[in-house]
Amino acid sequence: MTPNEPPIANTALFRDAAAVETAIARMSQELQALLRARGATSALMIGIHTGGVWVAERLHALLGLTEPLGHLDISFYRDDFTRIGMHPRVRPSHLPVAVDDRHVVLVDDVLQSGRTIRAALNVLFDYGRPASVLLAVLAERGGRELPIEPNVVGLHADLAPGEHLKLAGPDPLTLHRGSPPAGRSGGSEAAGS
Amino acid sequence: MIPNSPSQPAQAAALQLDADGNLKHFLTLDGLDRALLTDILDRAEGFLGVAQQAVKKVPLCRGKIIANLFFETSTRTRTTFELAAKRLSADVLNLNISTSATAKGETLLDTLRNLEAMHVDMFVVRHADSGAAHFIATHAAPSVAVINAGDGCYAHPTQAMLDMFTIRAHKGGFAGLTVAIIGDILHSRVARSQITALNTLGVAEVRVIGPSTLIPARAQQALGVRVFHDLRAGLRGVDVIILLRLQHERMTGGFLPSEHEYFHLFGLTEKRLSLAAPDVIVMHPGPINRGVEMDSSVADGERSVILEQVSNGLAVRMAVMSMCISTQNLWLRAAGETAPAEAADA
Repeated sequence: MTPNEPPIANTALFRDAAAVETAIARMSQELQALLRARGATSALMIGIHTGGVWVAERLHALLGLTEPLGHLDISFYRDDFTRIGMHPRVRPSHLPVAVDDRHVVLVDDVLQSGRTIRAALNVLFDYGRPASVLLAVLAERGGRELPIEPNVVGLHADLAPGEHLKLAGPDPLTLHRGSPPAGRSGGSEAAGS
Repeated sequence: MIPNSPSQPAQAAALQLDADGNLKHFLTLDGLDRALLTDILDRAEGFLGVAQQAVKKVPLCRGKIIANLFFETSTRTRTTFELAAKRLSADVLNLNISTSATAKGETLLDTLRNLEAMHVDMFVVRHADSGAAHFIATHAAPSVAVINAGDGCYAHPTQAMLDMFTIRAHKGGFAGLTVAIIGDILHSRVARSQITALNTLGVAEVRVIGPSTLIPARAQQALGVRVFHDLRAGLRGVDVIILLRLQHERMTGGFLPSEHEYFHLFGLTEKRLSLAAPDVIVMHPGPINRGVEMDSSVADGERSVILEQVSNGLAVRMAVMSMCISTQNLWLRAAGETAPAEAADA
């Protein structure tokens, strides 16, 4: 994990580390209840690069999951490749355990348009056929462009449509709001959250 | 030799890069800087994981048409390019030109125009003449990307990059490495591209080892390498050994007395291998002539990474193809914004 560079311009702290950790602790309780209801004794947790992996690492420890954590990079599955070109840094996806017939918990940091989750589901299904998929996000905000809803939400963020919300980490985890970075006017947002 | 063959690195770079420095065509490593070569290797790293998927495909080049134009026979290179394109979800046309229209008298440019009319997005070109890929890139429509899959004795840039990828995977980087390239340097486009790549990426020393008939005159100054005609002296302490295939098809005169004598002087055996660094890796672009370039025991031995090179070749070719398609997408989008009517028409 590389320390996060300043993610957005005109940045202001939105939630401090304590608030983020509290939200993640609540998420883990809700997830535990949901997984128990499904009879999923050994769920497979998968974080989406980069922020989603940080949140998933916390949840994985809190839930005491035995299977190793997986991570997904969705860059090859983005729907804006033809518009903004290729993402400069692609990390290999790594799913340590076969996903077939497993209960999967997909974790991301911020849910906005839903396009990242659409891409992540496509990657996941290219690896196999899970029994079920739960979606857990640290921060949920308006602006959905696809019919995708989370099962577990850490906190709701009320932000102006043009504003960005970005998780900085891996330690401590803090949420920041700000205007989009110059030069990529909304481009990365299309599939970014 | 096609007259358009560029001789200057700056000229080659200008043809291959767009105004923002994005890769448009991939024809030669001449004129490409260390940052770009490293970028290709980093991106290839991401594509290695695709082989772990149950569905070994990513949708990056969905809807694109990639034509393999092979004017010269090749199994491995054509197959890995085809597989790389298919893993990127592109549609692939394999054109064996020697048995098709050119044999009926159609010119190369007419063949190109016909393929462009079929909306082909990328040409992967293999040709026996040096400069053929440059010629095609110069004359192709601006929306078409061209990748050189080996032209004459000039360049084979994807092969060199997959070799660099394999070296980096084993050695962690390039600083301080001594690399020996053994064999027919004179006729080898692979060697030429490898030497450029190794020097650009900053290895400590590139050695070329072979009989004087198979090493270009003034190689030391012209290529930036140390020349050895004695295998034992050249192998001492090297970290990487790259063997080249003896290219009978390109040898028109008496370059070698016999294969037997070549093996006697330059063939890699276990005993000779022990002169190199203990963690040396042995590479070969294939196809191997066992008992000519090396002993079977070396080819199949624990220092050999020859089959890894093939797997890495897929990832590197996916990286290069997707980078060129990405640049093309940006170009098409920009062209569409400035002239929407025309773009809709095309």
